[in-house]
Amino acid sequence: MTEHDKGNSNYSRRDALRMMAIGGVAGLIAPNLLGKPAFAQTPPANPTGRIVVGLSQEPTSFNPLMVHNEVDEGVYFSIFDALFRIDPQGVIQPNLAVEVPSQENGGISQDGLAWRIRLRDDVRWHDGEPFTAEDVKYTLELIVNPDFRAWRTLGHALLRDITVVSPTEITWRMEEPFAPYMSFLTETFMVPKHILEKEADPNEAAFNQAPIGTGAFKWGQRIAGDHIELVANPDYFGDGPYIEQLVFKYIPDRTVLYTQFQSGDIDLVGLAYIAPDKYAEASALPDRTVELIPAPQFEFILLNMERPQFKELAVREALYAAMDRKMIIDAIYYGVAGLTETFMPQQSFYYNPDLPVQEFNLDRARKLLDDAGWVPGADGIRAKDGVRLAFANTTTAGDHLREQLQQFLQQTFAEIGVEMTISNLPPAVLWGDFWTYSRFDSAIAGTTYLVASDPDVTLRFHSKAIPSQTGGRGSNNSQYSNPEIDALLEEGARTFDPEKRREIYFKVQEIIRRDLPLLPLYARTLVYGRKAGIEGFVANTNTRTESWHAAGWYWA
Amino acid sequence: MTAFLLKRFMQSLVLLVIVSIIGFIVLNLIPGGPMAQYGLDPGMTQQDIARLEEQLGLNRPLWVQYFDWAWRLLQGDWGTSFRDGNPVLTVIGRHIFATLLLMGSSTVIAVAIGTWIGIRGATHRYSAFDYVATVGAMIALSIPTFWFGLIGIYVFALELGWLPAGNMYTIGDGSILNYLHHLIMPSVVLALVHIAIWSRFMRSSTLDAMNQEFVKTARAKGVSERRVIMKHVVGNALLPMITLAGVQLPSILTGALVTETVFTWPGMGRLFLDSLGYSDYPVVMGLLMFSAILTIAGNLIADIVVALVDPRIRLA
Repeated sequence: MTEHDKGNSNYSRRDALRMMAIGGVAGLIAPNLLGKPAFAQTPPANPTGRIVVGLSQEPTSFNPLMVHNEVDEGVYFSIFDALFRIDPQGVIQPNLAVEVPSQENGGISQDGLAWRIRLRDDVRWHDGEPFTAEDVKYTLELIVNPDFRAWRTLGHALLRDITVVSPTEITWRMEEPFAPYMSFLTETFMVPKHILEKEADPNEAAFNQAPIGTGAFKWGQRIAGDHIELVANPDYFGDGPYIEQLVFKYIPDRTVLYTQFQSGDIDLVGLAYIAPDKYAEASALPDRTVELIPAPQFEFILLNMERPQFKELAVREALYAAMDRKMIIDAIYYGVAGLTETFMPQQSFYYNPDLPVQEFNLDRARKLLDDAGWVPGADGIRAKDGVRLAFANTTTAGDHLREQLQQFLQQTFAEIGVEMTISNLPPAVLWGDFWTYSRFDSAIAGTTYLVASDPDVTLRFHSKAIPSQTGGRGSNNSQYSNPEIDALLEEGARTFDPEKRREIYFKVQEIIRRDLPLLPLYARTLVYGRKAGIEGFVANTNTRTESWHAAGWYWA
Repeated sequence: MTAFLLKRFMQSLVLLVIVSIIGFIVLNLIPGGPMAQYGLDPGMTQQDIARLEEQLGLNRPLWVQYFDWAWRLLQGDWGTSFRDGNPVLTVIGRHIFATLLLMGSSTVIAVAIGTWIGIRGATHRYSAFDYVATVGAMIALSIPTFWFGLIGIYVFALELGWLPAGNMYTIGDGSILNYLHHLIMPSVVLALVHIAIWSRFMRSSTLDAMNQEFVKTARAKGVSERRVIMKHVVGNALLPMITLAGVQLPSILTGALVTETVFTWPGMGRLFLDSLGYSDYPVVMGLLMFSAILTIAGNLIADIVVALVDPRIRLA
C-alpha cells in the first residue's frame, strides 16, 4: 500500500538533463511535459466541459506575488506562467523562457553572477497585450519593493542591474552566486506591467481581485466563500486548455469534501485530499480513480542538539533504533505513508536512495546506550554524568494521530530506559517563538525542507541559520552545527550543474542521516481522487498543488 | 418615546464601545496572530514575517491599533481583510445573502411548525402528541447539527439521491428551482433545533396564558373553546415570542456555524470561522461589531413592538 507510483518509466531524469544540456532542445519539446503515452485518448479540438476541483481551504489571494497560502497556487498555475516550470521528475523546463539558462549554454556566466534569459515572442496577456521582458523586470522589481506585501523575497533580494536587452531578452547580475534561484523562478509568476504600473498602490490594485495573466485559463468570477470560475484562454501559447471551465470549489470540511466526491458534486479532490482513513473505502468507489501520491512533506522528530541528553550520537542512534516505524504507519496512519531516511522527497531529482535503512531493534538500542555509558538508575531511567535520559516531546495539541504516535513512542522508549514526557501546545504557540528559538527538547513536525523544490537546505542545517544563536536567519531549529555540512551547503548554493549538485546533496543527506539531528518518522503520502473520465491528469509533487497543469486536463 | 429611544441609543453606544474593546483585546490575546500561518512556510524567514507585520501595522502598540481602527470605523471605514484584500463591508455583503436565504427559510419553517406544536401541546397537555413533541424536542436539542446534517446527506443525497449533498446551487445552474432544491435539506436540519426551541417556549407561554383570569372570564361567558384559544390565548401567548424573535434576529444574519460548514453554504457563519482561523482581524472585528449592532437593534425592535401591541406596556 505504501508503494509509490513512480510514473516516469518512459522518461529518465538523466535523459532530460542531457536534453537540457543540448541548448534549446528542451524548449522545443517542453509543451509535451507529460510525456503522454501513444495510446492515450486525444483531447478535444475545442475546449469542452467543466472540471470542478474541491478544496478544503478557500483560495483568497490572487496576486501571485503577494503573501498567500499553498491553496492559492492552483489558481496561479492556471492563470499565470513563470519563466520556468518544474516537471513531475523534478527537472526544470522552460515556460515563458525559451530555454533554461545554464553555464553550458552561456545563459549563466561561469562565476554564476550574470544571468541572461531569452523569452518566447508569441505570448500575450489575457487582455491581448504582448508579454515582454519589461513585464519580467517589473515583476522582479515589485517583489523587492519595500512597500509591497510580497511573499518570500529570498533570492530576489540578490538581483542587481535588471536590464531589458530586447522584448525577448533580459539580463541581471546576482550579488552572489545562488543556484537555488533557478528553482525559485519556477514559482515566480509573471504579472503584467501595463496594468499594475497604473495602480497607485499595488497592494490594493483591482488586478488583485480579477487577475490577468498569460496562462491557459482566464479569470472568470469569484463567488466569495464558495468557488472561483476560470475560463479557457483560446490564445494560450502552450498545449491546451481542453476544458471550457475550471472551477475551484471551496468545501470547508474534509469529511464533506470526501462526501461530495462520492456524490459526484466535485470531479477532482484537491488540497487537503482524501483522508488516509478513507483510502480503502475510496478505492472501491465506482467510476473514480484513487491514487497514492508521495508528498514532499515528511514527518519527523526534531531533536534540540543543545540539550545535554542529545549531544551524544549514540543516544540519537538508540532512539532511532527504538522507533517501530512500520508499526506506526500501519497502526496509526492506515498504511498510507512511506518510509524515508531523509528530508529529501522521493520524487526529487536529488533524492538519495542509498542511505542506510533504519531497523527497529530494541536490543541494539539498549546496547548502544550501554556501550556509551548510559546506565539505568533506581527508577529504571538511564543516566550519565548526572544527566538523566529524559526529555519532553512537543507537538500540536489536538492532533489525535500525533498524540497516539507520542504515546506509542513513549512506551517503546521506556523499554530502553528512556523517559519521554508529552507536553503539547496549540499550533499558534508551538510554531511561534517556542519553535523558532528552539525552546523545546524534542518536537514532532511535518513539513517540507525544500523551498520551491530546490535541494538547498541551508535554512535548515547551516550553522548560520540558527535563530536562537546570534539571531541567525533561517530555521535550523535543532541548532545543528557541522562545519562539513556548512561547507557542502555553501558549495551547493554556488553550483549550477544539476549532476554536480546531486553529488553534493547526496553527501548532505548521508551526513544528516549519520548525525541524526532529526529522526524521520515517515514520508507523507496523499490520497488523490478524481472521476475516471478525466484524462491528462498528472500529479507533480514538486509543486504544491494538484492543479499545476490543468491545461492538460480533458474529459474522455 | 423619543426620550426612551435617545436613552437606549446612548446606552447602545456605550455597549458597542465596550464590546469592541473587549473583542479587540481578546482577539489579540490569541497566540500567534495573522502571521503564524506562515511560520512553517519553508523559505519565509523571520525577516519576511517581521516585514509583513510592519506593513500591516501589526507591530504597533495594541492601543494605537485599537484607536486607529475605531477612528476609521467612525468615518465609515471598516478596514480591509488581510486574507482577500477587500473592504470588510464588501466581504460581509458577499456572504450575507446566503445566510439570509438559509436562516430566513429555516426560521419561517421553525416559527410556523414550532408555534403550532407549542399551542397544540399546551391545549392537549399530557396527550400522546404532547409527549412525542416533548421527547422529540429534547432529541432535536441534544443531537449535534453536524451529525444530523451528515446523516441527512448520507440518506437523502448518497443513498436515495433525492437531494443534493450540500452547496447553495449547482455550478452553472442559477435557476430558482435549483436554489430551492439545495435549500431543502440545510433549512430543515437547521429548523429542527429551532422548532424545538420555539415549540417549548410557545407551549409554556400558551399554558401561562390559559391560566389567566381573562381566559376564565371568556370561558364563563360561553365563548367556544376554539375561539378562546384563537382569540384570547394565542394572541397573548405570542407576546413573549416577540422578545424571543428579537433575540434570535442577529442569528438570522450572522449565520449558522455548523450547518453552513456541513452543507458547504457560503454564509456568514463560515466567514466568521475562516476569518478567525486565519486571524483576519479586520473581518473578525467587523463581524463582531455587526452582530453586536444587530443584537442591540433586535432587542430594541422587540421592545418597541411589544409596547405597540401590548397596551399594558409603556416605554419610558
